[in-house]
Amino acid sequence: MTQLVELKDVHFAHGDRPLYNGLSLTVPKGKVIAVMGPSGIGKTTLLKLIGGQLKPNKGSIKVAGEEVPKLSRDKLYELRKRMSMLFQSGALFTDMSVFDNVAFPLREHTELPENIIRSVVLMKLEAVGLRGARDLMPSELSGGMARRAALARAIALDPELIMYDEPFAGQDPISMGVIVKLIKSLNQSLGLTSIVVSHDVKEVLSIADYAYVIADKKVVGEGTPDELRNNDTDIIKQFLQGNADGPVAFHYSNDDFTTDLLGGEK
Amino acid sequence: MSQFFENVGRRVLDSVAGIGFALAMFVSAIIGKPQPRKSWPLFIKQMYVVGVLSMVIIIVSGLFIGMVLGLQGYTILVDYGAEQSLGPMVALSLLRELGPVVTGLLFAGRAGSALTAEIGLMKATEQLSSLEMMAVDPLRRVIAPRFWAGLISMPLLALMFSAVGIYGGYLVGSGWLGVDEGAFWSVMQSAVDWRDDLLNGVIKSIVFAFVVTWIALYKGYRAVPTSAGISAATTSTVVTASLAVLGLDFILTAIMFGG
Repeated sequence: MTQLVELKDVHFAHGDRPLYNGLSLTVPKGKVIAVMGPSGIGKTTLLKLIGGQLKPNKGSIKVAGEEVPKLSRDKLYELRKRMSMLFQSGALFTDMSVFDNVAFPLREHTELPENIIRSVVLMKLEAVGLRGARDLMPSELSGGMARRAALARAIALDPELIMYDEPFAGQDPISMGVIVKLIKSLNQSLGLTSIVVSHDVKEVLSIADYAYVIADKKVVGEGTPDELRNNDTDIIKQFLQGNADGPVAFHYSNDDFTTDLLGGEK
Repeated sequence: MSQFFENVGRRVLDSVAGIGFALAMFVSAIIGKPQPRKSWPLFIKQMYVVGVLSMVIIIVSGLFIGMVLGLQGYTILVDYGAEQSLGPMVALSLLRELGPVVTGLLFAGRAGSALTAEIGLMKATEQLSSLEMMAVDPLRRVIAPRFWAGLISMPLLALMFSAVGIYGGYLVGSGWLGVDEGAFWSVMQSAVDWRDDLLNGVIKSIVFAFVVTWIALYKGYRAVPTSAGISAATTSTVVTASLAVLGLDFILTAIMFGG
């Protein structure tokens, strides 16, 4: 099977704070890959590394056979036309209507006449159920609608790879269900490859073909959803079941609580 | 003590890195293949937002400053029987100094702060990131049209300021205090030089336009993407840009009129 995205031994630090120490994962073409992990381990950073917005300190990141950190600016922009990213906030352009937002990548990157752009936009909006909301401004949309509109924009150019950053966070059960179904059906009908970064274990495992669990600066577990559910290493079990106690510390600082209370330094 | 030097050193390094980044940003925003079909509408929109919407404050301020100049100038000049010189006094102060400088300050407060806040918020809501991921360079798409709009509109605003100010001086001096109308205009006409006064004023306003717009865009682009960060960036735009206008004004005046 061909690999669309390949990360090998990636090291990355935000300033002095190391986020990844030797992270490796692969994303085969046409699959839905879940990347799970506790908050604050840099899941969004992972997507930015794949998209070339950040450069790793060490290691190789390949997308469609191209070494992303080494690409020239023009080549990188060329590659980015083939991928897209759904940001957690949606990141719709607030000064344009929903229609213009979805039309934006088409107007930027194609020479299509306006009537064809209109048809494409309406098709994409229909796919996410927002054809009727085309004239609304982003500020008039609810959170769930904004994310669906952003999804329509993300698929406007029919990308090969789409990266979802926490697509389920802060959604009500209904729109969560809608988005879960959308991701799956987009994957099947358009044949695109999806990377879903999330900590909503149940939802993401219900659509993923393969999943990675990241903790402690590297991949600590991987497998198909069933394999992960039956995995009995402590860290995977703790994460899938949501226990406070386990290898992943709930507390940020590791100072002893009693000494801290009884007059530490500050 | 070593802490102190460490802090000074870090600040110096940070500001040098900042200037370097601003230059790199400038180069990649301005230089590149022009795409008139895409950038023209963006530029026109920014001319409206940055320029046209600043006209009210510029015209009203210009009128009042001109009227005050007329009033103050008259009370001083009349003691020497030189009230005919009111015209050149008003015109020269406006064209050489007050037009470019006050427009620069008002522009920093009105348009500069808005540019910083808008770009900072675009950054905070990931709009800039998402442009990048859509293979659209935010420097060309967001920064460049705002930069050109600022650079072109501010000198025009400064000229409007001076024109309205001169009219304000005329209203008070001639209409109210009774300076002879013909003397007011003709003495002004013979005293104001096209190159020395008008052109130098325009050059000043172009320099200020560049500095104010650039500071505003840079501060927005580098803003810490939080509410506190954007508020700090906006404040810093107005303070830095105002100080830069006043400081540069002294330097330019020394070069133009000093020797």
